[in-house]
Amino acid sequence: MGRKAKFGEEKQKKGPGRKAKKQGDPSFPKHLKENVEKKLKSSRQRKRARIATQKLEAKALLKEMKKAAIIEEKKIKSAGKENEGIIKKQVPRKKAPVPVLKEPEDSEGEGTTEYSDSDEELQQSKAKKLTKTAKKSQASKKNLFDEDQSEEDDDNDEYEDNDLDIPDDDSESEELGDEEIEDEEGDEGSDMGEEEDEVEGDEGSDVGEEEDEDSNAEDSGDEEEDGDSDGAQDDDYGDSDDSDMLPIEKANKKLKKKMEKEKADAAAEELEMNVTTHDVFQFPEGEEVEKMEGLQDVQQRMKDVIMVLSDFKRLREPNRSRKEYLELLLKDLCLYYSYNEFLMEKLMEIFPLSELMEFLEASEVTRPVTLRANSLKTRRRDLAQALISRGVNLDPIGKWTKVGLVVFNSQVPLGATPEYLAGHYILQGASSLLPVMALAPQENERILDMCSAPGGKASHIAAIMKNTGVLFANDANKDRIKAVVGNFHRLGIVNSVITNVDGRKYSTIMKGFDRILLDAPCTGTGVLSKDPSVKTNKDQADIDKCVNLQRELILSAIDCLSSADKSKSGGYLVYSTCSILPEENECVVDFALKHRDVRLVPTGLDFGVDGFANFRQHRLHPSLKLSKRFYPHTQNMDGFFVAKLQKLSNKIPQSRKERRIEEAMENPEGSDKEDSEESQEDEKPVPKKSGNKRKMEEITKVIKGDKSQKKPKLDSDQQLPKGQKRHVQNVAKNRRNLFKMVKNRRNLFKVAKNRRNLFKILKNRKNLFRVAKNRKNLFKVAKNRRKL
Amino acid sequence: MKILSDERTKSVFEKLAKFIGGNIKLLIDRPDGKYCFREHKDRVYYMSQAILDLALSCNKEQLICAGTCFGKFTKTNKFRLHITALNYLAPYAQYKIWLKPSAEQQFLYGHHVLKSGMGRITENTPKNQGVVIFSMNDMPLGFGTSAKATADCKHADPIAIVCFNQGDIGEYIRNEDTLI
Repeated sequence: MGRKAKFGEEKQKKGPGRKAKKQGDPSFPKHLKENVEKKLKSSRQRKRARIATQKLEAKALLKEMKKAAIIEEKKIKSAGKENEGIIKKQVPRKKAPVPVLKEPEDSEGEGTTEYSDSDEELQQSKAKKLTKTAKKSQASKKNLFDEDQSEEDDDNDEYEDNDLDIPDDDSESEELGDEEIEDEEGDEGSDMGEEEDEVEGDEGSDVGEEEDEDSNAEDSGDEEEDGDSDGAQDDDYGDSDDSDMLPIEKANKKLKKKMEKEKADAAAEELEMNVTTHDVFQFPEGEEVEKMEGLQDVQQRMKDVIMVLSDFKRLREPNRSRKEYLELLLKDLCLYYSYNEFLMEKLMEIFPLSELMEFLEASEVTRPVTLRANSLKTRRRDLAQALISRGVNLDPIGKWTKVGLVVFNSQVPLGATPEYLAGHYILQGASSLLPVMALAPQENERILDMCSAPGGKASHIAAIMKNTGVLFANDANKDRIKAVVGNFHRLGIVNSVITNVDGRKYSTIMKGFDRILLDAPCTGTGVLSKDPSVKTNKDQADIDKCVNLQRELILSAIDCLSSADKSKSGGYLVYSTCSILPEENECVVDFALKHRDVRLVPTGLDFGVDGFANFRQHRLHPSLKLSKRFYPHTQNMDGFFVAKLQKLSNKIPQSRKERRIEEAMENPEGSDKEDSEESQEDEKPVPKKSGNKRKMEEITKVIKGDKSQKKPKLDSDQQLPKGQKRHVQNVAKNRRNLFKMVKNRRNLFKVAKNRRNLFKILKNRKNLFRVAKNRKNLFKVAKNRRKL
Repeated sequence: MKILSDERTKSVFEKLAKFIGGNIKLLIDRPDGKYCFREHKDRVYYMSQAILDLALSCNKEQLICAGTCFGKFTKTNKFRLHITALNYLAPYAQYKIWLKPSAEQQFLYGHHVLKSGMGRITENTPKNQGVVIFSMNDMPLGFGTSAKATADCKHADPIAIVCFNQGDIGEYIRNEDTLI
């Protein structure tokens, strides 16, 4: 549990039975302690200051007593002189900033208040440093006064240095102005409350601060002037100081101040460094990138780069491009999460940066163990009870499934309980339930699971079908198919046929399935937490291989499917992968959409992220939004993709390219004509050019097809009746001649064929009319254009 | 998939009869359609006619399993029941033994049933009779042959074997590879 905080302040008794050595209280680094120390110091000094002021007061009292006794008349005058002195003090200070007085021995307790001021000032200057972007000054040495100058000068130097650090003229003048006013205020406060506590003095300075913020930059005198005036003031105050101090005390003071100054400088520097790392990320040079740092440094750098990228315009370094930042980030991410660069690039393409980090973090964490209750043998509630009595802590996965349970912890191995062996449940990821739910199997259907091993999803299908109909479970891997057999028998599935066929050739064995589940083999980028080796050992070639296989499988699966017009309830294919790469998911489905007569339908899953309809350079079918993606960081299940397709007919649509080639083969002249027509159309500035053009292309294709068929058909059209008659006559004449009869019959068939062709021609003519109409429309459009 | 020869059919049915007796009839004459036994690579499968028809379209190498596997023929042409047949044996079993929860685990590891582990036993179980083993909450765990008649069991010592293990559901894990 770690070390406990000391809530009760009771000290542990020493004695027998106690640990001789105890771990000490945690120590804080020096720079964190600084403030505390300062306070301590100031309090000590305050003490000293108080004593000193008491002495002074006593002296002053004595003096006053003497004065009162000796000259009563001059009392008023002396008071007036004092006032004058105050005014004098104030006047020069308005012109130039005045060093803060640090001497506690200063007259009339002024020093105490002043000192607290100066403390605050230090903090303020720090704060200013924090907020301002630190840049190197051309540290002007002129402000560094000689050593023989008084302590006040040192103090002043410090502030001036601080001011000079900022090259901005405005800010400088502002600060100078600020200081000036502060000093004034401090003085005023001290003047007003001569006998008051330091606290009040502080308040006065607080007021001063507030005013600072409001006050705009007054023109402060040149720094040289400052120095001069300081010098002048030094003389003023110097007398009083020297009078009360021993030389060794002075030296001590000097030393202390120096140390303080150094400390302040160091702190400021440190803060500056922090500022640089926090606010402005400095792009590392060549060697720095290569240099192996601790993972914490890498993480920090990643965070910085991501911050820069989140507000690139403001935070970037002007000579660095976004690409450079991204490359640096890529390298760091690869190093930190131990991915290879290829996969990380792919992931960066998929996710925006913030989501990417979430995904990577989620991929490091293992998913909770989930199990599916086998509805053929038990109910979820009974199973949960049985398992709880065995010391398993579990809960339903969610509202979206009635069979899933998530296991938090377990005292027994979940893969070997009697319930497991009796087939009451199967260990299965939550994401594996999704494709089956999307497939929505019905009873008495014929369903195929093309890549079924180890049989989790297939057994789920069988459970939903309630052991009716037929379930084909196929897998290409002979070793893995054994797991399917074992699981099916254990779970009590009796309606299955388990086959070991290459899915790409499945259509040679059997077709006409009502539903098919294709959980295609993939690179497994969605289950990085399960198999971290994927992070490093995948490259483009692997993905290409997978994509190729997936394309072949999905086409084969569609071929095995019975179409929607033939199957009453079916004709559905669910394509799923445990990868999140769009190449393996959306692109494959898009490929299927192009090459088979299928359409995407909603998956029926009401959560998850929509699939990509556009992805970088790919422009996919817009209906791909109906597919669903699941990520580890959003749903706490493995990364998954589910798409549901419905087969509309057995037609295999030709790609446009193929069609063109065929057309060109059919009539080479026609294509020329078409080209010329197209070029004409191109010249016309038709408003809806692209749409019309496509229409025209189709139309011209129809025309072309017609023309190619028309001429011979028309000829035959005219000849046919004659031929028929002739043949009939022949039949009448040569009845005995069987051969001729056969011939005639063949001819008759031909006639029938020709008639069919005639109908086609008629249809085509109708189309031609349409084309003509369209053309007219086009001309109209062109006319309108011209008018315009 | 081929039809069992008469000889093999006989040995299969004899074996089944040991466990479910006259209930074999219920396996063959079912109200929900025609069911049949078929042999494939020396293994005996039990499935409905509809599944059989579809399974026939696969060739011998492609087909791994159809319906439920009941057991296999050994090289000496004896029929041996597999644990996968339990789905059909359990509901039709004539003689049963129920195990105490403490003995379940032992049995699932392939051990025989001892007197101390036996919770209940069907009355009038003869010696060397096929029995199906259940847990106390009626979950089928396996099957075996009774080593003692019911009457003898009452007087046996606690460590005496009352039933020999012939198959238990632990085999799904122990020898998954040899199930088919």
